[in-house]
Amino acid sequence: METEKLFEKADVNMARRSFLRYAGAGAAAVGVLAAASCHKDKNPGPSISTGVDIGAKGDLAILNYAYALEQLEAAFYINVAAHMYTGATADEIALLTDIRDHEVAHREFFKAALGTHAIKSLTPNFSAIDFSKRDSVLAAAKAFEDTGVSAYNGAGYLIQNADYLLIAGKIVSVEARHASYIRNLVSPGSFADTTILDANGMDKQQTIAQVLPIANTYLTTKVSASNYGYVAS
Amino acid sequence: MNLFGIIEEIEKADPEFQDRISPRRAAIKNITSFGSKVAIAAMPFAFSTLFKKAYGQAATPSVTDVLNYALKLEYLESAFYNAGAASSLGFSTAEKGYITLIQGHENAHVKFLQGVLGSAAVAQSTQGTAGVYDFTAGGTFPTVLTNLDTFFAVAQAFEDTGVRAYKGQAGFLLGNNGALTPALNIHSVEARHASAIRQIRRTRGATTTKPWIVGANDTGIAAVDGNYAGEDNISQGGVTITSLAGVSGNVSSAAATASFDEPLTSAQVVALVAPFGVK
Repeated sequence: METEKLFEKADVNMARRSFLRYAGAGAAAVGVLAAASCHKDKNPGPSISTGVDIGAKGDLAILNYAYALEQLEAAFYINVAAHMYTGATADEIALLTDIRDHEVAHREFFKAALGTHAIKSLTPNFSAIDFSKRDSVLAAAKAFEDTGVSAYNGAGYLIQNADYLLIAGKIVSVEARHASYIRNLVSPGSFADTTILDANGMDKQQTIAQVLPIANTYLTTKVSASNYGYVAS
Repeated sequence: MNLFGIIEEIEKADPEFQDRISPRRAAIKNITSFGSKVAIAAMPFAFSTLFKKAYGQAATPSVTDVLNYALKLEYLESAFYNAGAASSLGFSTAEKGYITLIQGHENAHVKFLQGVLGSAAVAQSTQGTAGVYDFTAGGTFPTVLTNLDTFFAVAQAFEDTGVRAYKGQAGFLLGNNGALTPALNIHSVEARHASAIRQIRRTRGATTTKPWIVGANDTGIAAVDGNYAGEDNISQGGVTITSLAGVSGNVSSAAATASFDEPLTSAQVVALVAPFGVK
């Protein structure tokens, strides 16, 4: 609460600076370049040359990881809303458009908060999704939302700054609200079923190395996390 | 251990110390009677508990404190759904399916937290009146177990508040994979529930209710204003969300508030659930 007040008092630039204060921003930026060139050597190939790495271990990398996932989600829902599938109800159009706006807000938030330390804009590849078909769109939406929830849950403990952790927490519960809605569109009552929950009624977190390969199937710009055990092939 | 000497020293620095530990200005008497009930060996622990009571708001809670706080909220939620499932509210088949699933999760969360806490787990019998809650919250929701719309309204408030409560504790578990990750995994399930209950209410005619929280209290029920206090925040980490580019024009205020859920402190949550019997 105290820190939030501090944020509120500060002007945007000051706050942005304090947002990154503990992230070792400068060092991490160097880390991005170092890591990128490093695995370029190890894994020469055309996909890597257009890829990005979330950078040196630390909060900045985790924030960029979230930024990457939000970029993907925002691009997906922008497509969904622009070419709404056949047979969409008024309610579905309204709420899927809401979700688009939330994901765009998340993407733009990370971009603004990271400033010059943000990874570049990613180019998505949605060739596997038929945007005209409800089943295809909702299956992809479900995968994006569930993966997003498991990604935030799995990365939470890696965050070192309590303010960033809180912001991640503010976003993940909204992703879970989306997931619940999308799942019920796919199959009513499946908002929290045993395919995603464990026997304790808890979501199952995923590591960065588990999440990025899934995300990369929808990205032309492959995202790596060389310091968290995953380099895109 | 000279307790009275210590208290005198504290009073020099903090004249309000007596009020902090006993609003009736009978602190010394309290300590004496308290002391007589505990073994001398346990005095340092008992004394630290008194201090915690006096200054607890500012102190950082331990992992055990956080988990017991979560357990108390899960006790409330599980008892609520157990009561709803056992009632003659008359759920539709679909609604009954939702409620049964959520009921199962809340009971599983109780078992999980009890298992983690072991002997440190607060007993359910300490809650309400010998373990029995007042789901009307002292008469605020008199038809909670006889009217479906009231039941779902209270359910929504519980779920949204649960999400906010877990979120508010995350910082106290910073970097603690063993405690933070399970807490996050429960937190997101509560959000799935909150969304699902909101979807039910939308279907039942609360057409302005969305699966996410728009603005502050979007329930239409003034009695739960406190449960949604601060949800209309549009500033995150110093970034004003409504100043960011949206799809057409800037991000709307509705989207800015709905895209970020807000936390509640334990003090806020405890005050909100006290009328139901949470202690």
